[in-house]
Amino acid sequence: MDIFDFSSGREGYYGQYGGVFLPEVLHSTIEELLFCFRECKEDPDFWSEYVRLLQNYSGRPTPVTHLPNLSCRLGGAQIYVKRDDLNHTGSHKINNVMGQGLLCKRLGKKKVIAETGAGQHGYATATMAARFGFDCKIYMGAVDVARQRPNVFWMENLGAEVIAVQDGQKTLKDAINECMRDWVLNMTDTHYVLGTACGPHPFPEMVSWFQSIIGVEAREQILALAGKLPDRIYACVGGGSNAIGIFQGFLNDDNVELVGCEAGGLGAGSNMHAARLAYNDASVGVAQGYKTYFLQNQQGNMVETHSIAAGLDYIGINPIFSYLWEQEKVRFEAATDLEVKEALRLTMRTEGLIPALETTHAFATAIKEAPTMGADQIILINQSGRGDKDIFMIADALNDQQWKSFIKSKADQYRLEEN
Amino acid sequence: MELANYIRERRRDKDLLIMAHVVCGYPSFGANMQALEIMQQAGVDLVELQFPFSEPSADGPIFVRANEESLKSGTTIDQCFDFMRAVTSRFSFKVLMMGYYNTVFKMGEKDFLQRLSAAGGIAFILPDLPIEESKIFRQEALSCGIDPIILMTPTSSDKRLAELGAVSSGMVYVVARKGVTGTKSNIDAEVLALLERCRRHTNVPLGVGFGISNRNDLQALRGAADVAIIGTAALKIWQTAGPDGLKIFFHTLG
Repeated sequence: MDIFDFSSGREGYYGQYGGVFLPEVLHSTIEELLFCFRECKEDPDFWSEYVRLLQNYSGRPTPVTHLPNLSCRLGGAQIYVKRDDLNHTGSHKINNVMGQGLLCKRLGKKKVIAETGAGQHGYATATMAARFGFDCKIYMGAVDVARQRPNVFWMENLGAEVIAVQDGQKTLKDAINECMRDWVLNMTDTHYVLGTACGPHPFPEMVSWFQSIIGVEAREQILALAGKLPDRIYACVGGGSNAIGIFQGFLNDDNVELVGCEAGGLGAGSNMHAARLAYNDASVGVAQGYKTYFLQNQQGNMVETHSIAAGLDYIGINPIFSYLWEQEKVRFEAATDLEVKEALRLTMRTEGLIPALETTHAFATAIKEAPTMGADQIILINQSGRGDKDIFMIADALNDQQWKSFIKSKADQYRLEEN
Repeated sequence: MELANYIRERRRDKDLLIMAHVVCGYPSFGANMQALEIMQQAGVDLVELQFPFSEPSADGPIFVRANEESLKSGTTIDQCFDFMRAVTSRFSFKVLMMGYYNTVFKMGEKDFLQRLSAAGGIAFILPDLPIEESKIFRQEALSCGIDPIILMTPTSSDKRLAELGAVSSGMVYVVARKGVTGTKSNIDAEVLALLERCRRHTNVPLGVGFGISNRNDLQALRGAADVAIIGTAALKIWQTAGPDGLKIFFHTLG
């Protein structure tokens, strides 16, 4: 199937999901972006320049790693991991960002703005802007600024201005709103580097296209390494860019089951989660420029979401996934905060890998299901990000006493320096 | 076309009409009513009642906060429609619904039109609903006698203005400048040139909004537009100077 082969008059729609729901003032900007994106997509030189850039700058292709210890421990399927955590800046976010950087150059724009949740996309955008010589402004919910200080530190040191958004829930969705407000004023010289496969067309298609590099590589690598295609692929889904990235390599392989792993937070029925499709709380709506499943109330107002992973803590989902889920091409599951903490511990101890809290949702789901599968079966997990950035969150989650006393002594030292 | 006729009728005696704005339930429905009373006395011709939404991405900080506070205090859509009914039966100015598309989408377009009509509203403004996404909805609205308000903007090309003009009805909302609501605009040659361009592409009356805040703005718009739309400026006055301030504000607009 080619999900981007739109029927006439339905460009930007995946089933009933997607579209462009933006203020009129952005009409010409979106048209300009769409035109430029079409040119890039049809130009084979653009894609080769993109691949070269990621090879030289970010270390692509990222490897696929076999996890024999974890597989043995669980006693079921053989587990493999696609290592997008080994990218420069530590996650798959750099793929999309470098692609949009090349596109921004073609657009002739000198400024970029971006929203960020966990800070990985902001960090990657700040990196790209430094490399391309763009002015860079990052909008980040004040709650996320507080829980992801290390990423804020790097963004600022890379020359970006980080703006803590104080409206609403002060998380990712509010950062997106604030980005939109910047864009409706500054669109003439500014490109909005949307970080996930959400928002108005052509963003879902464009971000998916850049992230498809993960799936293209992974398919070839797993065939070479395991001698066959995986039976199941697991990827975490916040907005859904890493998942659509890896899944695209396997959409036409009928025997490969694709599993999207959402943030179960405190669990089903808790109202404290960000599972749009795995739980029954979301409904179809229109917000932030597109139509998809949103966690919203009867009145159409968005509700509070929760996740241990800031990058999954979002109300909406990639419209392509709403469609693929409806078509039963992708199954959706959720992992709770608690399951994520346990999965992280296990993965660190058995394999020496530190997946990001976001990514660990995919591990947790795979760990749950692997023992029920046969030894001849293969699981591929997309390790979309590394967990070093989460050191504060993970230390809290694991209640690490040594870390706490270290932070206390550091605080004392700063206090002394002030006095 | 009730709206266009109403504006044309009023324009016989007035060279520039005024459209005011309140965010339903902020700071309270009681305060809304008090503000509307003042607006009626000041001779305001049209009022947009904003239905609060959790993601008001086309609004500036003052309205964002107002939307948030209203929802926090529990404002529902039922209350907004009840309030609209009360307002349209009490005052002589005409009432438009303003809000975001999800409010309409969630209740269903047909239900929305029925309820709007029953509450006495004659038009709606949904800034995040482009014409491409609303063909059937706009036709249905017109068949209920409700005008879907089209927005024209400084970034609209002539080709786009022609497309927008072709489907405009009731009134066109001309966005005076780029950006969100609530930042000061200067009604300069650029705005007047935009109005002239818009005029060439539609026959319905033109309203101008975004950053209109004082007597000078209104003076500059006379002869160039039919309606001056005052939103944030009035809410700012209400917040800082209360009902008395609002009275003086509308009085000095002239």
